[in-house]
Amino acid sequence: MSLAERVLQGEVRAAARLMRDIDDGLRSAVDELKLLYPHTGSAYVIGITGPPGAGKSTLVDQLTAAYRKQGKRVGIVAVDPTSPFTGGAILGDRIRMNRHADDDGVFIRSLATRGHLGGISRSTGDVVNVLDAMGMEVVIIETVGVGQDEIDIVRMAHTTVVVMVPGLGDDIQAIKAGILEIGDVFVVNKADRDEADRTVRDLAVMLEMNPDKDRGWRPKVLKTEASRNRGIEELVSELEAHRQYLHSSGAINHFLEEKNASLFLDILKERLFAEVYGHIHVNGRFRAVMEGMMTRRTDPYTAVEEILAERFGIGKG
Amino acid sequence: MAERKLRILVGKPGLDGHDRGAKIIARAFRDAGFEVIYTGLHQTPEQIVSAAIQEDVDCIGLSILSGAHNTLLPRVSDLLKEKQADDIVFFAGGVIPADDIPGLKSAGIKEVFTPGTSTEDLVNWVRENVRPRA
Ligand SMILES: Nc1nc2c(ncn2[C@@H]2O[C@H](COP(=O)(O)OP(=O)(O)O)[C@@H](O)[C@H]2O)c(=O)[nH]1
Ligand SMILES: [Mg+2]
Repeated sequence: MSLAERVLQGEVRAAARLMRDIDDGLRSAVDELKLLYPHTGSAYVIGITGPPGAGKSTLVDQLTAAYRKQGKRVGIVAVDPTSPFTGGAILGDRIRMNRHADDDGVFIRSLATRGHLGGISRSTGDVVNVLDAMGMEVVIIETVGVGQDEIDIVRMAHTTVVVMVPGLGDDIQAIKAGILEIGDVFVVNKADRDEADRTVRDLAVMLEMNPDKDRGWRPKVLKTEASRNRGIEELVSELEAHRQYLHSSGAINHFLEEKNASLFLDILKERLFAEVYGHIHVNGRFRAVMEGMMTRRTDPYTAVEEILAERFGIGKG
Repeated sequence: MAERKLRILVGKPGLDGHDRGAKIIARAFRDAGFEVIYTGLHQTPEQIVSAAIQEDVDCIGLSILSGAHNTLLPRVSDLLKEKQADDIVFFAGGVIPADDIPGLKSAGIKEVFTPGTSTEDLVNWVRENVRPRA
């Protein structure tokens, strides 16, 4: 039986193995994903982003508990950075989620970025698909949360939650640089700290001034204390409100069009590049171009046009 | 393009309170280029085994100080067998009396490290004894 068939039957080891094959870039994984694709699309995908230490993993843990109470099966993808120096990584988000480890209705997978920028790994979308196909009704993605360009998550998640902590101060700049645009829901966690109310107000004011990402939806700012399970019910209702909004307004169609286009184009780009690069690597052309450029006899623009013309009959003009 | 990366779960079962040792080991493994799933303190053997399976790790390394090694470690081993996941290499380290080591090894713990083992030795042992799956 193929891994995909075993995944569809809910087999945990098969799902875990397929995720590994996807992450490691095995060709066989693509064939399995083809089989799974028709069985995906029913999970509600939530993205959780925000700076390290804001309490994302703790929130994921509490959200998971809340969804489990509703009887929903939950998949979690938690992404942490790969060290650029050693290629290794410490994936530590599970620390906050251990109580769900032996619950059959929860599947947690930690992923390393492996050099991919944008807050998630290259494999994240496909891993979400595996969780979706194996019947997880809610899938929560926790991003790395370091930079400001965590935009990948917006394409992948139906609802994106931006988690902040009280005392924004200097972070105001960071907020301007794109965080406001990506959130459907904003959470000020660590509400036990002073200044929480002020941060909520500041954020709300900034959101007022910000042109909406989606005209029909006004993001709210909520307060939580994840470590003591406070404010979680309100957060779950707000997520549900956004999910319902997507469907009732038809915004879901726009979301899916963009998601599908970027997914398709990413695969196209990757495959085209691999195809051409593999070819010129094997036939020695790559080396020849490199040598030509060294002495300025070949320019890279012409070289690319010629290679495309040879390979596909395109490129000039 | 395809390249297997070694994945290893590091954690600390039982009740005792600090995880300094486990963290040092986790960092050494990261610096060796492994992906370390670090699960922290206080997990049950059930949680450890289930995490190892979901994460599809090649290896489990547990740090243990509580004196409960003779029950907790064989329990992890048994669960791995029960779930047909005993292809995962399992080792442990901590304050473990020499007399207990043979018993642990026959229970399926591949190696037992006692205090004083350098992180370099640990990394080398993993490199020699654990292969990322085919
Ligand atoms: N005071 C306080 N600490 C919290 C709260 N939520 C999480 N924390 C703590 O903040 C630290 C970082 O949490 P974590 O969930 O790992 O953050 P992440 O890096 O964003 O995933 C941990 O020590 C948590 O226990 C909260 O509401 N209040
Ligand atoms: Mg985290």
